[in-house]
Amino acid sequence: MFESLTGRLGDVLGRLTKRGALTEADVTEALREVRVALLEADVALPVVKSFVKRVKTKAIGTEVLKSVNPAQMVIKVVHDQLVEMLGSEQQELNLVAVPPVVYMMVGLQGSGKTTSTAKIAKWLTEKQGKKVLMASLDVRRPAAQEQLKILGEQTGIATLPIIQGQMPVDIAKRAVQSAKLQGVDIVMLDTAGRLHVDESLMAEMDAVHKEAHPTETLLVVDSLTGQDAVNVAEQFKSRVDVTGIVLTRIDGDGRGGAALSMREVTGCPIKLLGTGEKLDALEAFHPDRIANRILGMGDIVSLVEKA
Amino acid sequence: KRSSSAISSGITDIFTKRKLDDDVIEELEELLISGDLGVTTAARIAANIAKTRYDKEIAPEEIRAALADEVAAILDPVAIPFTLDESRKPHVALIVGVNGSGKTTTIGKFAKQYRAAGKKVVLAAGDTFRAAAVEQLQVWGQRTGCDVVTTKVGGDAAGLAYSAMEKAKADGADLLLIDTAGRLQNKSDLMAELEKVLRVIKKLDPDAPHSCLLVLDATTGQNALNQVEIFGKVCNVTGLVMTKLDGTARGGVLVAIADRFGLPVHAIGVGEGEDDLQPFAARDFARALSGVGSL
Ligand SMILES: Nc1nc2c(ncn2[C@@H]2O[C@H](COP(=O)(O)OP(=O)(O)OP(=O)(O)O)[C@@H](O)[C@H]2O)c(=O)[nH]1
Ligand SMILES: Nc1nc2c(ncn2[C@@H]2O[C@H](COP(=O)(O)OP(=O)(O)OP(=O)(O)O)[C@@H](O)[C@H]2O)c(=O)[nH]1
Ligand SMILES: [Mg+2]
Ligand SMILES: [Mg+2]
Repeated sequence: MFESLTGRLGDVLGRLTKRGALTEADVTEALREVRVALLEADVALPVVKSFVKRVKTKAIGTEVLKSVNPAQMVIKVVHDQLVEMLGSEQQELNLVAVPPVVYMMVGLQGSGKTTSTAKIAKWLTEKQGKKVLMASLDVRRPAAQEQLKILGEQTGIATLPIIQGQMPVDIAKRAVQSAKLQGVDIVMLDTAGRLHVDESLMAEMDAVHKEAHPTETLLVVDSLTGQDAVNVAEQFKSRVDVTGIVLTRIDGDGRGGAALSMREVTGCPIKLLGTGEKLDALEAFHPDRIANRILGMGDIVSLVEKA
Repeated sequence: KRSSSAISSGITDIFTKRKLDDDVIEELEELLISGDLGVTTAARIAANIAKTRYDKEIAPEEIRAALADEVAAILDPVAIPFTLDESRKPHVALIVGVNGSGKTTTIGKFAKQYRAAGKKVVLAAGDTFRAAAVEQLQVWGQRTGCDVVTTKVGGDAAGLAYSAMEKAKADGADLLLIDTAGRLQNKSDLMAELEKVLRVIKKLDPDAPHSCLLVLDATTGQNALNQVEIFGKVCNVTGLVMTKLDGTARGGVLVAIADRFGLPVHAIGVGEGEDDLQPFAARDFARALSGVGSL
């Protein structure tokens, strides 16, 4: 349903190049197509606007106007700017703190927190040789604690025994205490899903954060999220010190524009990608990959180089 | 009560003492896009609003009202409540959707409603994949007083649906709600599994499922259109439920979906509790999205 940006720009600029050199007005017209493509990819409107402005400055100031294939050049500038805004530096999980290091997972309902908790715990155990303890602070959703317990059994990672009726802050306290006693390196706190506009649940999250002092507070977001992603990220960030974003459902066919919005608005690095339901479907973040997806095409750089 | 939408406050910014010229129309269009209405639907609505008001001074309140009317005109025809076909024993409803959209919770809420209306409801735990998916539905079964048919983890979802239908028939149930594992619509193997569930159900009743409900998350952006298109093709979706509409006016993609597919929207989820399911009211939704009555 989405037309790729290459197709779009190809049409506009192809028509224009027949006439000879491109003018500034031509680039402006091409950037209209870029704007629509980004909006269709769910990039938030304010972010689209600032993005287009930056690309325009670059495109007009540089080789684009004189280049042999301006369509490809515009795409390259767009792509490079996207990568830059997504954060070209790879940001790793922070493991350096006095053990037990606490990781706290937060996010909207159903975004993938519990699954990501188990995925990260598995990775830390198997690839980093860490001793991990997982604890579910979700006392709201039916069978949420049971879910994490089963994931613990599947991966062979310890979970904090469930005590019916205990509240989140107390569970967090117990998790950290028990981690100390057992010589655990990393405690992962899975929390209940909450809407960013739900004041009482946001306050609860804040209280857990104050109790547990997490080294990493990871905001887990569905890559299929629409324009509201900006508000979600801002609201969570305003309540707790979000240190990174985990973007889930990258295995879907969404364009993932929310990633750009959140990164731009909060400055929080995207640290990991969830690429499936299975517990090894976790990957490091590659801005290139998300940039190409937002633009709706394959490997653009090679495409540009071929041209 | 929903807080005012981004669209609504944006309207205040654009329209305070301004004429409805091309620039303003473009800004309005962008505002609608920022409410997830999508490029196509936003353009159409903005053009409709401009038709009779072009070059006129127009107040924010007037624009909100006009917008609410346009949105309501798109949504009115699809606001169709879910109805139980009493001639079926049971009426079989299959619940589908992407991961985490709210399928299991929505089943719990429907179960509560129909139990309260004195109906016999059976739940089928057709998510044999996700950890504790069965336990989750069992909690809903206890809460609402419904039998839950289960199979072992990793079991065959189609086989489970078959046994659930047998049981619901034998028990004389009015409604059978079949839960399914979340699946992304671009995964053809998982979509094929859904086709198999449908085939097996039809062996016991060629007309079943009598309803196939696609559950959409209100936070989702333009990908929801793909979800409707592909689930619609694979399992002949008869209606939509949009969840997570509590607290804030979101879900603008529903307008784009109604505009393009015209599928019935039965209900909305407005919370995690058993009573947090409401019939879809086109006008209320349109007013909340446009911010009529607020500010
Ligand atoms: N396809 C896909 N599914 C995922 C991914 N991550 C999680 N899921 C699925 O998404 C659904 C919800 O995941 P959970 O981990 O339970 O989400 P949650 O945020 O803990 O949900 P709540 O606790 O209810 O707020 C499950 O069906 C998971 O299997 C992913 O990267 N890709
Ligand atoms: N705020 C809010 N949360 C909801 C609503 N509906 C469901 N949820 C929550 O969303 C999360 C996911 O709901 P589920 O019913 O487990 O979703 P699902 O589609 O069955 O998920 P999978 O089976 O993992 O694919 C849970 O935390 C629910 O409590 C709603 O209307 N509002
Ligand atoms: Mg969870
Ligand atoms: Mg479920």
